[in-house]
Amino acid sequence: MSHRDQEGAPPSKWSGLLAPGDVLRQWWTDLDRVAKWGVGAVLFGMLALLPLFTPAFLNTPGISFGGTMAAFVMVAIIAIGLNVVVGQAGLLDLGYVGFYAVGAYTVALLTSPTSPWNQVGADGFLSTDWAWLACVPLAMGVTALAGLILGIPTLRLRGDYLAIVTLGFGEIIRLLADNLADITNGSRGLDRIAYPRLLENAQRPNGVFSNGNASGNMNYGTWWFWLGLVLMIVILLFVGNLERSRVGRAWVAIREDEDAAEVMGVNTFKFKLWAFVIGAGIGGLSGALYAGQVQYVAPTNFNIINSMLFLVAVVLGGQGNKLGVIFGAFIIVYLPNRLLGVHFLGVNLGDLKYLFFGLALVVLMIFRPQGLFPVRQQLLAYGKSAKNLLRAADDEKAAA
Amino acid sequence: MIHQCVDQFACQAANINFNVDGLLNGFWQLSIDGLSWGAIYALVAVGYTLVFGVLRLINFAHSEIFMLGMFGAYFCLDFILGFTPSGNAYNKGVALTILYLAIAMIFAMLVSGLAALGLEAVAYRPLRRRNARSLTFLITAIGMSFVLQEFVHFILPHIIKGYGGSNAQQPIILVQPKTQFTVFGASVSNVTIVIVVAATVLALLTDIAINRTKFGRGIRAVAQDSTTATLMGVSRERIIMMTFLIGGVLAGAASLLYMLKVPQGIIYSGGFLLGIKAFSAAVLGGIGNLRGALLGGLLLGIMENYGQAVFGTQWRDVVAFVLLVLVLLIRPTGILGESLGKARA
Repeated sequence: MSHRDQEGAPPSKWSGLLAPGDVLRQWWTDLDRVAKWGVGAVLFGMLALLPLFTPAFLNTPGISFGGTMAAFVMVAIIAIGLNVVVGQAGLLDLGYVGFYAVGAYTVALLTSPTSPWNQVGADGFLSTDWAWLACVPLAMGVTALAGLILGIPTLRLRGDYLAIVTLGFGEIIRLLADNLADITNGSRGLDRIAYPRLLENAQRPNGVFSNGNASGNMNYGTWWFWLGLVLMIVILLFVGNLERSRVGRAWVAIREDEDAAEVMGVNTFKFKLWAFVIGAGIGGLSGALYAGQVQYVAPTNFNIINSMLFLVAVVLGGQGNKLGVIFGAFIIVYLPNRLLGVHFLGVNLGDLKYLFFGLALVVLMIFRPQGLFPVRQQLLAYGKSAKNLLRAADDEKAAA
Repeated sequence: MIHQCVDQFACQAANINFNVDGLLNGFWQLSIDGLSWGAIYALVAVGYTLVFGVLRLINFAHSEIFMLGMFGAYFCLDFILGFTPSGNAYNKGVALTILYLAIAMIFAMLVSGLAALGLEAVAYRPLRRRNARSLTFLITAIGMSFVLQEFVHFILPHIIKGYGGSNAQQPIILVQPKTQFTVFGASVSNVTIVIVVAATVLALLTDIAINRTKFGRGIRAVAQDSTTATLMGVSRERIIMMTFLIGGVLAGAASLLYMLKVPQGIIYSGGFLLGIKAFSAAVLGGIGNLRGALLGGLLLGIMENYGQAVFGTQWRDVVAFVLLVLVLLIRPTGILGESLGKARA
């Protein structure tokens, strides 16, 4: 896992194939700050324009490409949140779908007419036009609170126990949604959830975000993709700054050796709790996006197997690397949609997604446990200046 | 979720109730039904606890070993012994039924044991060679769990017609549940007797194998200190294989007993929940501890039944999970402590 192991391993013929990140990263680290921002802006711009100008080889014939990209960006936000917990703090959370569900159900319960707690309209505190947007921070807050409630008792446990307890939590949330039929409408779910009402006109009476806007490249999936992309960039900046702060350094210390971190004066419980709560809040945001886009939530959407898929995204992309996990999210959302309806020897390849992802996990863990784009250990405290200093020393040594 | 509605309590749509009278009135019946569930949990839990004791690994794919055992037993009854699946129960007489059950159980044990050995060889041995972290092991286990489930879900129907797929298998009912005698007003069915007797015999055999035989001493030695055990001439690799084999064989036996209890539960996802509960049972008794797993299994089965009587059938699974969380919070080492070899700091 650590940088040292990576260099210690003898280079095999697979390493170039399995490590597309290393070449890219060298190029990236050699850029200066302004150029990085420039390249980033261009790349995100190109990503945003993908649904409008879809290359034929990338298109998903069976299903709307805009919708696929919307699902991708939601899973990407989840992967970034889960990456905080699993990749940065090193806590294995198998019940992350629980937070996703809490976020989605918060929005659903507050805005669905089927819900007894509906607050939209004349007798509620939410206006019809702004209900969804007002619910997003609420959903994040409630989910973060759920993370706090789950984290306080469980984060004192050993790592492998934590995995099972969080798995239980994810399942309990789903069972609650299923069983508390008076509130959540049970397995029938909650429908007609609020969504942003923007750009309403005669052609699209409910605005571009409504599922009535389903045709063409600029369908509601594309609009949700753009909205999600903006939120994802905000989250990326937030998480990136955290990573470089005292909190991020504490997480790395806990991940690498919890006892040593504790001895060095890191309040491990507090920082683990922070990771859990922040990760939960980000999961809640994604849940709120999901509830708004499909305008319907039901317990079956939050099966425990989704937790595993989110984990696959993080592990595949490279635990700890927030850009890598976005790529992982793209793979787990895009590939099943691409393979939908493609038949091979009488088997629908779209059905086999879990089989492929399971195999990918096993193979990856054996040959490249750090993921496709592994995180690089950096000098966290003084960053660039320390690196330059060390480089200068190396150069002098080489010159002498 | 499979076995939610099979007990005598009908499924209710009500949210949550506190029916303490229901618990008091049905106390003995609930205990006896819980005991038969607990016997199944206990047998599966042994697999988790032994592997954890030796390797410090939560073998997440153990539930799929159990699931493969169910399919093995079904295959044996269907193809080899020639029972046709139908909703009706067979009546072959006591002696013949027991013989058929024994053959099916041995076949299921073979399938599960071989599957467990294969799992170890394919997934875990390469990781041990590379000295992987425990998180890596756990993620591999999750991956294998996916692979085995999806294999039965999508690939098996193309290999053996009518097997696997999205639906449960058409049940083969060998034993029609029938009350044999009553204890404290609670009826004891023939299914319960078979399950409890078979599980007791197997548990005793396992306990003797671990605590009395030379091989068991090897397992305990590796669990205690694998380096020293290797220096003393114990082959660590062989012990690890043996551990997986014992766990798999017991899971196979449990799968046949589960089939008696829930004939319609043979489905690709049928092992998942039971596996988590069996793991909870292992933790409850003290993971790494053989007798702890047996005790934990029985306790979990009984507590789950009590909880179901008090809160309602649909909360059965929640009871098990809450129990797991409570145990980990109050006594993380479980009731009997973690000591296949020694307690871990």
